Amino acid sequence: MSEIAIRCEDLSKRYALGQRERYRLLRDVISEAAFGPIVRLRHSLRSSNGNGGPPIKSRSKSGQSIWALKDVSFEVKRGEIVGIIGRNGAGKSTLLKILSRITKPTKGHIEITGRVGSLLEVGTGFHQELSGRENIYLNAAILGMRKFEVARKFDEIVAFAEIDRFIDTPVKRYSSGMYVRLAFAVAAHLETEILVVDEVLAVGDAQFQKKCLEKLRQVGTEGRTILFVSHNMSAVRGICETGFELSEGQVTNSGEINSVIDRYLAKTIRRTFAQVETPSFIVNDVIVTALGSDVIKTFEEVELKVVLTAKEDIGDPGLYIAILTTENSRIAGLDFKDFCKIPPIKAGESVEMGFLVDELPLLGGTYQLEIHLKDMHCHKIERVGTLFQFDVAETSVYGGRKLDAWFGSVGLRARALQTTRVTLPLENQNAPVDQPA
Amino acid sequence: MPSLRIDPPSRWTSIDFRELWEYRELLYFLTWRDIKVRYKQTVLGAAWAILQPVFMMVVFSLFFGKLAKVPSDGIPYPVFAFCALLPWQLFAHSVSESSNSLVGNQNLITKVYFPRLVIPISAVLGGLVDFIIAFMVLVCLMLWYGIVPGWRIVMLPGFVFLAVCTALAVGLWLSSLSVQYRDVRYLINFILQFWLFATPVVYPSSIVPEKWRVLYGLNPMAGVVEGFRWALLGTTTTPGLMLLVSVAVVVVILCGGLYYFRRMEQQFADIV
Repeated sequence: MSEIAIRCEDLSKRYALGQRERYRLLRDVISEAAFGPIVRLRHSLRSSNGNGGPPIKSRSKSGQSIWALKDVSFEVKRGEIVGIIGRNGAGKSTLLKILSRITKPTKGHIEITGRVGSLLEVGTGFHQELSGRENIYLNAAILGMRKFEVARKFDEIVAFAEIDRFIDTPVKRYSSGMYVRLAFAVAAHLETEILVVDEVLAVGDAQFQKKCLEKLRQVGTEGRTILFVSHNMSAVRGICETGFELSEGQVTNSGEINSVIDRYLAKTIRRTFAQVETPSFIVNDVIVTALGSDVIKTFEEVELKVVLTAKEDIGDPGLYIAILTTENSRIAGLDFKDFCKIPPIKAGESVEMGFLVDELPLLGGTYQLEIHLKDMHCHKIERVGTLFQFDVAETSVYGGRKLDAWFGSVGLRARALQTTRVTLPLENQNAPVDQPA
Repeated sequence: MPSLRIDPPSRWTSIDFRELWEYRELLYFLTWRDIKVRYKQTVLGAAWAILQPVFMMVVFSLFFGKLAKVPSDGIPYPVFAFCALLPWQLFAHSVSESSNSLVGNQNLITKVYFPRLVIPISAVLGGLVDFIIAFMVLVCLMLWYGIVPGWRIVMLPGFVFLAVCTALAVGLWLSSLSVQYRDVRYLINFILQFWLFATPVVYPSSIVPEKWRVLYGLNPMAGVVEGFRWALLGTTTTPGLMLLVSVAVVVVILCGGLYYFRRMEQQFADIV
């Protein structure tokens, strides 16, 4: 029996940009056949000039392509619980997809010893019209479980999901909480030697999340190998022993999990992003900077800045930045017009604008910036299609333990009141008292 | 402990029948899901499986049988048409279901691994249940007209198998094409309508001149439909050489389809 469960060598995966967004029509094939040779010829002329090493972004025959993973190598020992962290688009999900054989690598290979069970999404293949019981069997078969295995664990699954009364109700009548509980319960009872888990804990309420983490931890103690991807740093800390960080498709940081996370969070002082376009603007950069320390923390002074280039003359520019949770609910918004007016921007000109937030009230966790660019002169509002993520480090807001998203999104400037003895008026003394929570 | 090596896509990949066998339960559950869900929230339920071919038979009997006086090899036209409509419906239903199956199950394809072949195969198998239900109607029709099939009926499963294989062969091609080109979805209806009239459903293949009959077998459904009539109604045209051509064509399309499917399969999750 070998000690290594997963050995990954020089793994690379290239995606043609736009490939996932739009499927091809026959029309495209015809136009490609007509113009393809010219494009390819031009391409070969350009690449013959010689450039050192493959760039992260390169031209392929159908336009831009991107290396989602580039020469990723790592080893996972049997029974090890490994956390994979990194920003959105860093290649984590692509890596998990290759590990679970959903997609093939472009280069390199992986050797795996043991069966792999993957949990990339909760409730894959659930059918709305089928009952809870039927969905358990269907979903289990999809995940690779055998019928007798499911039959053996059926009661356990139902108990875990806490839905015994509704087991024969179609799942379309379930509340979203019940649905997620059932889906996770099936997946949690997979008995493969290796378990690959993507950000599945983002769903469900706090109590259920806790239960899931508990289950994963238990699975870990059974000597099975787990690869765990999450943006929830405290969950990663709680479950994993070792880990690595992916950044732009490469392993940048690996080792004992706490030091990996600390190094990862330390880099969040200044976040920059790839450029995106709207019809009249190019967003060159979005920068979130902590001014007072080297990490963004709760109640820290923070600068939110956008660097953009106008594609056309903008008569009366406007900027709106909103802060969202990872579930896309809006926490706060800042509109420039409430502060001051921005002078016109000429086509081709670049400007840097933004806000200084005196005390960022956000608790530890991942947040997103939604940006709207405007030209009030012609009543144009353009929402930037990408949400920009940044992390806030867990901070001990009230002087005690470090707080994260379990306590909500916002920290309050609060103090505990002095506890005093009181004497209640006579008529209230014998009345039932509400138990304090 | 099983070990596995994940490599970049390759051009030639053989079909892993053992793996397919290991996933037989998934095949069963997906087929069962499709059947179970198909007539959910309909008033008539599984009666639709009977109504569709019956209505077509009535319309065909009226227009082709009564008005246009299309010959029917001396067999009452309703039975003549229905006997052909059965395998045709099985084929048409399976082709359109399996062609759309990959796109329809893209949430599975992008999230979970299993042999992708399971999806179009389960779509084809789902059509068999409707076929069996509609077959009861044919039995009643034959009793009504007093037609008793001879020993040839033992050949019937063979023709059903051929129809299923034809549907799978076409379905494999169209489903893997539709992952990349969504045009296929619109093309299917058109293809099937054309194919219906290229198949001897409303007319007997005996109206095709003798020397072209073998060429006619290039349409495998012609072989299937004539086989059905030969086995059940005892029509005089024995589908000998024509059937052989049909079988050969199916084998070629099926093998080609399997090869194309296996090759494209490695990219399904990236393109779909």
